[in-house]
Amino acid sequence: MKTDDGIRAPAPAVPRPPISLPQRSALLTRAGWSAFVIAALLVGVLAPLLNLVVPQDSALHLSDYAVALLGKIMCYAILALAMDLIWGYTGILSLGHGLFFALGGYVMGMYLMRQIGREGNYKSELPDFMVFLDWKELPWHWALSDSFVATLLLVVLVPGLVAFVFGYFAFRSRIKGVYFSIITQAMTFAAMLLFFRNETGFGGNNGFTDFKRIVGIAIATPMMRMFLFVLTGGCLLGFFLLARALVRAKFGRVLQAIRDGESRVMFCGYSPVGYKLAIWTISAMMCGVAGALYVPQVGIINPSEMSPANSIEIAIWAAVGGRASLVGPIVGAFVVNGAKSWLTVAYPEFWLYFLGALFIAVTLFLPNGIVGLARGWKRGGK
Amino acid sequence: MTPELMEEGAMRLERLRVEQSSGKTESGGRQAGFSRIATPGEVDLTHGRILYLEDVSVSFDGFKAINKLSLDIAPGELRCIIGPNGAGKTTMMDIITGKTRPDEGTVFFGSTIDLLRYNEPQIAQMGIGRKFQKPTVFEHLTVFENLELALKTDKRVVPSMVFRLDSAQGDQVADLLHTIHLAEDVNRLAGNLSHGQKQWLEIGMLLVQDPKLLLLDEPVAGMTDEETARTAELFLTLKGKHSLMVVEHDMSFIRTISEIVTVLCDGSVLAQGTLDQVQADERVIEVYLGR
Repeated sequence: MKTDDGIRAPAPAVPRPPISLPQRSALLTRAGWSAFVIAALLVGVLAPLLNLVVPQDSALHLSDYAVALLGKIMCYAILALAMDLIWGYTGILSLGHGLFFALGGYVMGMYLMRQIGREGNYKSELPDFMVFLDWKELPWHWALSDSFVATLLLVVLVPGLVAFVFGYFAFRSRIKGVYFSIITQAMTFAAMLLFFRNETGFGGNNGFTDFKRIVGIAIATPMMRMFLFVLTGGCLLGFFLLARALVRAKFGRVLQAIRDGESRVMFCGYSPVGYKLAIWTISAMMCGVAGALYVPQVGIINPSEMSPANSIEIAIWAAVGGRASLVGPIVGAFVVNGAKSWLTVAYPEFWLYFLGALFIAVTLFLPNGIVGLARGWKRGGK
Repeated sequence: MTPELMEEGAMRLERLRVEQSSGKTESGGRQAGFSRIATPGEVDLTHGRILYLEDVSVSFDGFKAINKLSLDIAPGELRCIIGPNGAGKTTMMDIITGKTRPDEGTVFFGSTIDLLRYNEPQIAQMGIGRKFQKPTVFEHLTVFENLELALKTDKRVVPSMVFRLDSAQGDQVADLLHTIHLAEDVNRLAGNLSHGQKQWLEIGMLLVQDPKLLLLDEPVAGMTDEETARTAELFLTLKGKHSLMVVEHDMSFIRTISEIVTVLCDGSVLAQGTLDQVQADERVIEVYLGR
């Protein structure tokens, strides 16, 4: 029995009521694991069956168009998840995540360009655009583009390194809030201008396209397309678990503490620079992987992927779905991009108005996004 | 360099090692140095002072917030600081905790640690805890998570990815929850606590860091009379084990806890003594009541 007096004046004779300290929460709840397994089955079993086995004239057939669209949206969902870690949990709004996505995509694109071999229009060892520019040999930064293993590593390392160097100087100089957002925006814009130039060796404004095969296997077959689709789904689910593990650890609570009161965190003895840098770099690496999965599925990468508007859209997906919830941004990416693919066909001229209105509506009426709304209903229903 | 020379050098080095390990050196086993050895990270209290400020000045855009301030605090002392608004009380705490760099002067923690050479997290880890004027707790975390975060542990990035509360630390947090009267609110979000409870939680977050020196900026602001009385009780139990510097406007609270009161005015010390002494001081009456 606890009495008020027992707590207020803990006399040595009266034993204190024991406190049950909260246990470490599980990685996912039971319901969470069920949903996770269902999602894995949908992506890994059902989608391949409906696309490859079910005949084309059946009502249940999943069209190649739908596979391509869903695969693309899953790449975007990885971006939204990465954005949630840095914005939702740490409170740092990045408007330059499109750069890390494009860097991962370009690394993969370079490898795919080399895989074309002599089958290009000019029948040369070099990629077509280099022949066009009258280059005689590969530039130095293409040195590793023939190796698939090196490509896989660089897909993570290049965005990671760029993010680390940029983040180190920005966070050490205590650049925060809207200033940080503007600088990231400028960073991706500057990179876009750089990649637009022919002499930087990234194919100029055409970028890379006309891919033929990946690790020697033709890229435009239904099997390969489905394999990339399943791989993307696997990466998305894997990154979700990774993100969940990160935010569940004390590390994640320090990130939230930095978001809510950075100076208090410093006076608790934590140096926020290391924490910000770690999550910033992890987030950029996730974007790099998303980019590398995106390019073979979509078949093209060019500098417009680095345009500032693309990076802003990532933030909108996260906001619509609900920040600091991990699931929310994934939902947001599906909802907004689903709406986009329908609206840009049905009413192409209204898409941007719709996007703007959506952002304003979410900011005004749904500060916690779709997930916040769903949670509110659940609580209200009980 | 000849082989003989190298051999001789090696022999000398060997002899030195033996002497040092057996303690039979010419200086009787003591290492070089004028008196004690400064151990990094350890606060040297042999001179009887845990905090020492001398001739500290800082100005913001020409306004002298702190003007030739000199102040020192003994280990285990509970020092109250009073003064009119703008006297530089909060700025002084900013300087001690590394938030503001003074234009001139020296600030020492113990006899050996020059605080001006460290940043906020380093100073916090050395054992100076600070409570802000406005209670700042992490509103989206629970009471327990707030305390766990402040706990004295390895605060680098990778250790906090794998951190698990061990049973000794669990007991420490449980004990503290009783001390700050939040035992029944362990799982509540800190944002939902009352103002007084937030103040308590912030004090708890300080204590769980196990600081040697606590800087408390208006710790009883917004508390009920009962909560204020409890806080006074808590501070009196902390005195002796920790050194405390308390900035307050509540005179009855100060009367309950104070030994020595320092009056700050216009960025420097105006008077110092017991509360009765300073309240009788002509100059103190003048700054408080106006000319």
